[in-house]
Amino acid sequence: MEEFLSLTLGGVVNGSVYAAFALALVLIWRSTRIVNFAQGSMAAATTFIAVAVIDSGQSYWVGLIVALLAGLVMGALIERVIIRPVEGGPELNAVIVTLGLFIAIQGAVALFAGVNQRAFVPPFSNIGYEVREGFTLLSLSPNTIWTVAAVVVTMLLLIALFRFTRLGLAMRASAFGQEVARLLGVRVGRMLTLGWALAAAVGALAGLLIAGDVSFISPTFMDQLIVFGFVAAVLGGLDSPIGAVVGGLLLGLALNYVRGYLDDSLLGMASLVILVIVLLVRPGGLFSTTPARRA
Amino acid sequence: MAEPPHDRTTQRPDRSPTARLEMTGINVAFGGVTALDDVSLLVEPGQVHGLIGPNGAGKTTMFNVACGLVRPTSGRIVWRGDELRRLRPAQLSKLGIARTLQGVGLFPGMTVLENVMVGAHRHAKAGFFSALFAIPTADKDEERLRRRALDALAELEATEYAGRYPGSLPYPVQKRVALARALVADPELLLLDEPASGLSEDEMHELGELIRTVSSRMSVLLVEHHMDLVMRVCDRITVLDSGRLIAVGTPEEIRADPVVTEAYLGDDVDVDADAAQLASGTEGAHRG
Repeated sequence: MEEFLSLTLGGVVNGSVYAAFALALVLIWRSTRIVNFAQGSMAAATTFIAVAVIDSGQSYWVGLIVALLAGLVMGALIERVIIRPVEGGPELNAVIVTLGLFIAIQGAVALFAGVNQRAFVPPFSNIGYEVREGFTLLSLSPNTIWTVAAVVVTMLLLIALFRFTRLGLAMRASAFGQEVARLLGVRVGRMLTLGWALAAAVGALAGLLIAGDVSFISPTFMDQLIVFGFVAAVLGGLDSPIGAVVGGLLLGLALNYVRGYLDDSLLGMASLVILVIVLLVRPGGLFSTTPARRA
Repeated sequence: MAEPPHDRTTQRPDRSPTARLEMTGINVAFGGVTALDDVSLLVEPGQVHGLIGPNGAGKTTMFNVACGLVRPTSGRIVWRGDELRRLRPAQLSKLGIARTLQGVGLFPGMTVLENVMVGAHRHAKAGFFSALFAIPTADKDEERLRRRALDALAELEATEYAGRYPGSLPYPVQKRVALARALVADPELLLLDEPASGLSEDEMHELGELIRTVSSRMSVLLVEHHMDLVMRVCDRITVLDSGRLIAVGTPEEIRADPVVTEAYLGDDVDVDADAAQLASGTEGAHRG
């Protein structure tokens, strides 16, 4: 029972980070119909930027803000300069471009930061609370609470943006029908750029949270997360932000049970099995509103 | 172009006289096939102008030229006294032109109210960044847009559907919402692409009334198959056949024009009904 509780809590913590990452993928998929495989290395890059800031004597929080801003700028630049020419073209072109970006950014990070792992100190303690005499809940620590809280606040902000602001309205209109939105006077191009910027900022947050969780970083430390984030997004239907969140949590729980009851080394395979099952049984995802999807 | 014996435009002095759409000498060729051959069209301020013709006559092409989807090989488009060169669809709303689509084109994942609010987009005052950071002026903007959208829905008697998603509504209601989305922008020119398709007789009648009502605030260019609707609501009608202009005039003149009747009878099967309607005149067209 105690083990189950611990694994479940840990699943929620991991799941919330997968959810944030899946959300970043969904934001981009919705607006530009592109799966951004470069999301992981973009997040690694912003994490290293944060580390550079922290190394220079600033606090974690300054590093976080700088990383988020760097994400915004990087996302916007990449959309405007690199993705725009392949938008609306054959799907494969965009896939190849984001794969290329993935490798290029990873290479650039390695060039500046070196390929070795280095320690990352989370903002709060990673030591679990002792909930009862002799029983420490490893997955309930100040840092995991911060992780979940940060993701929840980000989700709420995004919901507020999409539901209650004119800008969110225009972004959703652009996602649902670019041509119609354009006819109605929406600056669709700007909305796409903003979508990428927001997605990269959310990815940057996920990167820092993961770094705090695993306590070390390297240029490739986000590689596994892109797989998990992608599976979570597909689980939720790629089109639905809510689906991404639920998909992330479900995947977090499932993988943590696999980790706890079976073996750590099965994680990659387990996520692949989940992906295949979802694609076979419910290719539209759990929350997709569209009947069929080509991905 | 023949001058009409009477014209309702003169009864509406409230429109600015520059809100006139002039398309002159429009030529469009698609890979060697001539779609439009020297076609001209004049929509006077506050006028409802019908664009009709048998299938393949070039109505939709002409319509698409008017909203920048198709660029003419030659010809001039003058709107509010300025020539529109390199017109693009994205500029329409800023120019005070709204169009509806042949289907409905509503955004599926957004409520009816939200759909209509997007239509009012250009009336927002707050800039990009103040909207992004939800600065108070942007909030007020939000409220204003919501009210405008609700007003537009009320005019189309669709207020009760404000919170619903388009996919869950019957087709005629969706069409009304799409129309509300075009009207909420308060355009000076409304381009309607087959607004009556899929509507029942009664609904078509209501649509006719509505078009007459809004024409006191804006000019309307109407592409439509249903002849009795066109005859009932239009002040002027332009008839195309095989990419050429064959007649312009009031509904009475068009109905009496043998060239028009011949064009309709000479074409493919599914316009026979239209032609019959055309020849027999229209019910409910009580025009003074």
